Amino acid sequence: MSEEIIKAEGLTKVFNHSLVAVDHVNFEIKRGEIYGFLGPNGAGKTTTINMLITILKPTEGKASVLGYDILKQNNDVRNVIGVVPQEYTADEDLTGLENILLCADMYGIPRKVAKERAVDLLKLVELTEFKDKRVETFSGGMRRRLELACGLINRPKVLFLDEPTLGLDVQTRTATWNYIRTLKKEFGMTLFMTTHYLEEADTLCDRVAIIDHGKIVVVGTPEDLKHSLGGDIITIGIKEDVDVSELISKVENVKEVKKENGTYRIKAEYGEITAPLIIETLREKGYTVAKLSLTEPTLNEVYLEYTGKSLRDAEESREAFASQRMTMRRARA
Amino acid sequence: MSELNEHRASRLHGLWAMTNRELKKWYKAPVIFTLSIVQPIIWMGLLGKAMNIGALFGGSSFTQSIMSPSIVAQFENVLANYGMPAANIPGFLANSNGISSVFSGLGNVVLLKFFNTTSYFSFMAVGVIAFTALFTTAFSGMSVVWDRRLGFLNKALSTPVSRGVIIFSKVLSATFRSMFQAGIVILIAILFGLQFGAAFNPVYVLGVFAILFLICVGLSSMFIAITIRSTRIETPMAVMNLITLPLMFASNAFFPTSIMPDWLKTVASYNPMTYATDAVRQLLIYNTIDWRNVGTDFAYVGIFAVVVATIGILLSWRYLSK
Repeated sequence: MSEEIIKAEGLTKVFNHSLVAVDHVNFEIKRGEIYGFLGPNGAGKTTTINMLITILKPTEGKASVLGYDILKQNNDVRNVIGVVPQEYTADEDLTGLENILLCADMYGIPRKVAKERAVDLLKLVELTEFKDKRVETFSGGMRRRLELACGLINRPKVLFLDEPTLGLDVQTRTATWNYIRTLKKEFGMTLFMTTHYLEEADTLCDRVAIIDHGKIVVVGTPEDLKHSLGGDIITIGIKEDVDVSELISKVENVKEVKKENGTYRIKAEYGEITAPLIIETLREKGYTVAKLSLTEPTLNEVYLEYTGKSLRDAEESREAFASQRMTMRRARA
Repeated sequence: MSELNEHRASRLHGLWAMTNRELKKWYKAPVIFTLSIVQPIIWMGLLGKAMNIGALFGGSSFTQSIMSPSIVAQFENVLANYGMPAANIPGFLANSNGISSVFSGLGNVVLLKFFNTTSYFSFMAVGVIAFTALFTTAFSGMSVVWDRRLGFLNKALSTPVSRGVIIFSKVLSATFRSMFQAGIVILIAILFGLQFGAAFNPVYVLGVFAILFLICVGLSSMFIAITIRSTRIETPMAVMNLITLPLMFASNAFFPTSIMPDWLKTVASYNPMTYATDAVRQLLIYNTIDWRNVGTDFAYVGIFAVVVATIGILLSWRYLSK
């Protein structure tokens, strides 16, 4: 088997002949890595996942999961993948355990085996003591963990996580990350996830693909992506009222200097080495440095660089979406 | 845990699990379960007893409402004046009971002619069985929409469970529910005074459930097939409202087809409800069973069930995922 667990070539989805949700994307996911799709609402993340998990047929292009074609061998794909969808799909009228066993039945796992696995999985997601409670009574975090357990019942080679921490509070989010790391470490699982949380992509993913308007704009490890921006941001202010932009730009490693409101925003590689050099240069010319700060670029800056917009607005609309879904669930209960 | 899923089951795996999921929502919810038992009782009371059309033809209705004792006396006088003592008319004893029994006999003839039984309540009771089957299955389209909206459908689609099973589990659960309710209806009908036909044999109850199984599979497949693509809960509800009542009244469930206008008779003759109801009536309450008709009923409803269920499953392959 190839080391490429997932391979997509020119994968495209057009809805209603006009709305291009995913536009000829190509990517490869290697064994054992956590691969993240980062992008705002409507960027095509969920559409991509849905094509890979065989519930949506691509309009064009092809993709394979563990060597199985997602169109021609879709049932083989379904057998070897686990899915943790964005929604809480567990049946509210059933108990936690019943839900896990229902999932097991959908994979055709014999009841005896399923029960053994359910015990392990409930322990893994720390729901053992709630297994006989109806899901209706579960909190958001518990539901998410239950979804995780359901997605693991067939011991998948690849696990797809669609916005695994959407709508969760900070503690639950961190706990979920830990479960995901455990899965990778203990079971050597390959994980494909989508997220719009920069922090999540940064701490969890081995590689991140930034997707916008259905296209992958850049792929790399979070570190590489940050480096690709041309290094760190140094902000300097001097007492004297003179423009020293030219002087600064001649310092080694400095890539770009911008004067904003009397301070200089300097893009430089190896900021921790370059910043003292700049100060020295300025001092030699008799200037007094009044202000200095050094920031390493975050994924937000990367995101900004490649998509031309901040993720913050998108994040807000996502939260609104999550709360709307919660309302719908209540309406049903 | 990194082993591949080694259990590759048959095409039908998950069918019972998914059917049972639906059923659990019903039998594990005390309120819903109780209501599903109470509902047939109410229908039986309303349709079978309160709106007792049969009473119009019965002897008692003549004596009570039309034939007051004074009218009876006048009637006897008239007869006597024409030299026809009331006592000479067969069955006419010289009192109001006599007249009543004549009309009662007449009523029975009418009932037998149009309803094929002398017990209008028994006729209606079977109609209520069909009614129950129709209304319980009509809700099956809704659960597909719910599953779609809540994401369960997508999850099921990402597992190796077959698309047909997803749909057929809905069909089966609706079928089991309505068969259970129909069973309750039959029990209640017996308590309320259902008169079995002279040809009745307890074994025929199996036949009743067999035809109910077929009609329910057909009906719920039909409701699911119509609403399989809809994403809004309003759609199956609108479909239900549109279809159920016409389906009910353009059949022999509450009204014998023999006294329908011709166009309605034609519609009823294509309506599978007519055949299912006829089979149940034949098996339960008719004095003589026309086995050839019963055979036609089973064949028609059976073909209906197979065809519509097949259409439902074919549509599920095509339309469950986009």
